[in-house]
Order: sequence, then C-alpha cells, then structure tokens
Amino acid sequence: MDPIREAMLKKSRSAKLEQRGKLISLLCISLIVIVVVAIFFFVASKGLATFFQNKINLWSFLSKSVWNPSIKDAHGNPEVGALPMIVGSFGVTFLSAIIATPFAVGAGIFMTEISRKWGQKILQPVIELLVGIPSVVYGFIGLSVIVPFIRHIFGGTGFGILAGTFVLFVMILPTVTSMTVDALKAVPRHYREASLALGATRWQTTYRVVLRAAIPGILTGIVFGMARAFGEALAVQMVIGNAALLPKNLVSPASTLTSVLTSGIGNTVMGSLDNNALWSLALLLLLMSLAFNLLIRWIGKKGELNK
Amino acid sequence: MNPKVADKIATTVLYIVSGIIIIILASLLGYILFQGLPHISWHFLTSPAQSFEAGGGIGIQLFNSFYLLLLAMLISTPISLGAGIYLSEYAKKNWLTDVIRTSIEILSSLPSVVVGLFGFLIFVLQFKFGFSILSGALALTVFNLPLLTRNVEDSLRGVEYEQREAGLALGLSRWETVLHVVIPEALPGIITGMILGAGRVFGEAAALIYTAGQSAPALDFTDWNPANIASPLNPFRPAETLAVHIWKINSEGIQPDAVAVSAGASAVLVLAVLLFNLGARYFGNRLFKKMTAS
Repeated sequence: MDPIREAMLKKSRSAKLEQRGKLISLLCISLIVIVVVAIFFFVASKGLATFFQNKINLWSFLSKSVWNPSIKDAHGNPEVGALPMIVGSFGVTFLSAIIATPFAVGAGIFMTEISRKWGQKILQPVIELLVGIPSVVYGFIGLSVIVPFIRHIFGGTGFGILAGTFVLFVMILPTVTSMTVDALKAVPRHYREASLALGATRWQTTYRVVLRAAIPGILTGIVFGMARAFGEALAVQMVIGNAALLPKNLVSPASTLTSVLTSGIGNTVMGSLDNNALWSLALLLLLMSLAFNLLIRWIGKKGELNK
Repeated sequence: MNPKVADKIATTVLYIVSGIIIIILASLLGYILFQGLPHISWHFLTSPAQSFEAGGGIGIQLFNSFYLLLLAMLISTPISLGAGIYLSEYAKKNWLTDVIRTSIEILSSLPSVVVGLFGFLIFVLQFKFGFSILSGALALTVFNLPLLTRNVEDSLRGVEYEQREAGLALGLSRWETVLHVVIPEALPGIITGMILGAGRVFGEAAALIYTAGQSAPALDFTDWNPANIASPLNPFRPAETLAVHIWKINSEGIQPDAVAVSAGASAVLVLAVLLFNLGARYFGNRLFKKMTAS
C-alpha cells in the first residue's frame, strides 16, 4: 500500500494517547463505583445472614428490646432485639440536631445578615477549626468534661444519651452552620432590598423573607448534620455507656448502632450468630445513611420546584 | 410588639448565639492545649507506649499515623485525579454519569465505621492482609476518595474553557490538554484539597480500628528494610495510629496516667490537624501566586 495513505489511515500518536488517557480516567471512576457496589453487596450479604441463615424474624429483630445474641430465651430463640440501639441512635441524632439547629441558624444569620465582616473574620475560621478537630478528641473531652459534669448535676454515672447528645451537638454544629450560611448567601440580594424598601426592619426582612427563601438549603444542612451524627462511632461510644438496654432516661447508660459495632465486632467469631447480628446492625446503618441521602435529594428537588 | 424593639431583641439574641459558639471553640481548644501541652516533651513524642505503667509515650503511634497517611495519599491521589478528570472532562450528561455521581455521593456520606467494617471484611479477611498498615491505607482510601474526587473535579471545572480551546487549537489531544494546560492551572486548588483531606485522614480512627489494628508492636528504627517484620516501613505489620490510641486508652486502657497521655496525644493530634489546615491555605496561596500573574 502507498506509505502516505497508510500513514493517513493509522491512528496518530495523539489519538492513541487520548484513548489511553480516557481509558485510565474511566478505570479510576469505575473503581469508585465498584467499591460502592461491593460495600453494599458484602455488608448486605453478611447482614442478611441473620435472617436467612439463623432464621431470625425481621420484626422481632427490630422490635424486641433484649440484646444478648449468645444466650437463648425460654423458647430456645436467641435474644437479638436491636430496639435499644435503634432508640439510642435516633435519640442522640434527633436531640443533637434539635439543639444544633437554632445555634447554626443563628450563627448563619449573624454571618450573612448582621455582620459580614465579623462573620468572615471570626466565626468562619472558628467553624472551620471545629470541623477539623478529630472525633476521638471530641470523645475524650466528652469523657473528661461532659460526663463528670452530668454526673455532678444529675447523679448516676454520667454516661448516657445526654452526654452523647452534647458531644454530637458540637460535632455537627459546623456542618449545619456552613450549609446554612451557603443557603442564606444564595438568597438573591434584591429579595432583601425589596423588603427593606417596603419599610421592614432588618429582623423582619430576615425572618419573613430571607429565612423562608433559604429553607430548603437549611433543611439540607440539618439532614446532613443528622446523617453525620447517626454514623458517628467513636466519640459517641466513649460517652454513651455502652449498655444495650432500652434507655429509661437521658442519663442512664445506653448504646447506639455504631457503639455496639465498634465494641462488638472484634469480640465475636466470624459467621456466628453474634457476629451476623452485628452485621445486620451495620446493614441497618448503611440503609439509614442511604435514607438520609434520599431525603436530601428529595428536599433539593422540592426546593427547586418552589423557585 | 414594636417592630423596632423586635429587631433589637433579635439582633442581641443573634450576637449571644454567635458568642456562645466562639466560647465553645475557645474552651475546647483551651482545654485541649492547657491539659495537653504540659505533658508534651521530647520523651513523650519519641518513646513507645506503656500498657500497664505510667510514663508511656506515643512515638510509634505518631510514626504510624504519618506512615499510614503517606501510603493512603499515595494510593488515593492518582485514583482521585483520574476520576476527577473523567467527571470534569469526559463525562457526558447521561444516566451513566448520574449513576457515577450518585455513587460518589453515597460513598461520601457513608459512616466511617461502615467503611472500616468493609475494609475488615475485604482487605483483612478476604485479601488476607491481616491487621496491617496496608489494609488501613486501603480503608482510608475508600473513605477519602469521594471527597478528593469532588475536589479535583471542582478545581478542574474552575479553569476557563478558553484554556482548553487554546490547547485543542494547538493540535493537542484532549488528554494532553488536560495534562499540560488544565491541571497546572488547577493545581493550587487540587493541592489545597489534598492537604485538607490529609488532615481529615490523620484524625480518622473509626475506619482504622478493624483494619490497621489496635496494637503497636515494637519497631526497630535502625532497620529500614520493608521486608523485615520489625522495620518501621513494613506495610504488613499492625499499626495503631495516634487517634486509635486515644480511643483505646480511654475505652479499655488501664495505664495509671491514661488521662494525661490522652490529653497529650489529643493536643498533638489537634496541633497536627491545625498545621494541615494552615499549611493548605499557605501552600495554596503561594502556588497560586507563583503560577499566575496575580
């Protein structure tokens, strides 16, 4: 064949490079997708074994309140009731979100509406620093300050949902605040101008106009914070007391899904019912994080429609 | 109520709320530093930990943390670069890209304890790496990948489209344009994100308890052959990091000076993370100044 024609029909060096580059980047991204699928597959296959292999009833798993997988009850059924952990997890999550929300929204309004200068200079770095502090450090402070404090005031051991709530409150505060700030900043300037031009005070403008417009963003921030609180393991495990009992009040030792997982997985034999039951808790955790994700998407969609 | 009075009250309340947040942070940092700093000494930073007696240090844990961080970043940086390039340069608007984005979102919102358990199942048991630095580094990679990828993608997207057109007009392929034109310009952002990611990895513990293990065997710091079991560089030895150490001595430790040790270790950890954050800003700004005309 004509050498020129051959050279024209062959792929150029650049085209080959391009193909190789695209392939490399595609491989990297598929790796991430494969990891996600693998996480779900492996955790689900382990977690479902409790129900299919060990024949535990799903409903009794979710609703019974005695967690003692290695001991059988009067009917010869192992006692795997995850209710105490579920109550504990939801308890600390909701309580910490309820406390954190007013602080986060307040700080957000301060940073965007009242004093941008001080917000930028002081609050912004403060919040960035709070994000950076590792969770074990929060746990350690909870253990050495908050738990004795609660013990001093309410009596008892001091460990419990209240201590966990305080630790989580500080942990999720920066997340919720920074997302609230983003949501408030995204409200167009002319909304504020229109309201002020009508003679509204700054607070009326903030409360009646800016906050209403920013609600989807603020809600997303709160749900993000809740997802973080729900999945936080070590800081909570250090202060909650780790007793797999249904909490009677806020200052009695309790446990969460994550705390039981961190303290339990190492002490059980792979493939035994104790171990499978723990994996079911992990699966529950995974599904809840998925649910939070869906909730965030739903809020995002709703927020878009309103605009 | 008079709107003006309401405005005054609301403003005061907001000042108080912001003040409380600042007081919380100040007392947190103050507590950690005042409790921890007096305990930090050269001996504390370099000597091995004690299980039953007072006077233990955090030398091995500190080294483990840095080594693990290095390995984790070595594995996750190239992968996140490739993935970020795909998302910003090649991804089309179709269902496949939607699936990819959703899975990255899900991965980034997974609790770190679930990532740790996955690492335990796959790297420790399935691949038979055991409780080792390598398992820990891989688990941290899983934990860190989505955030790094998003950071790379955002940095690349921040580059003007004209830059790409200029590269393409010179006859470069898209891949070459990305490599030689887009990435250099996005580098400050990418590096800032990497350092922030490193800070997050440095303080992570939940993903490591069941992957890198909770024990720190004695190391021989004169032996730098990675194949020897006592060598600090051996990636197949169990390695308790600083963050795991704090958790361990607080939840099951029996040292008489556990509180002092964990205060000191917390101070070191917080200072390290602060350094990472400040370093990220400093390097980002310097690089940006060096590489652009501003």
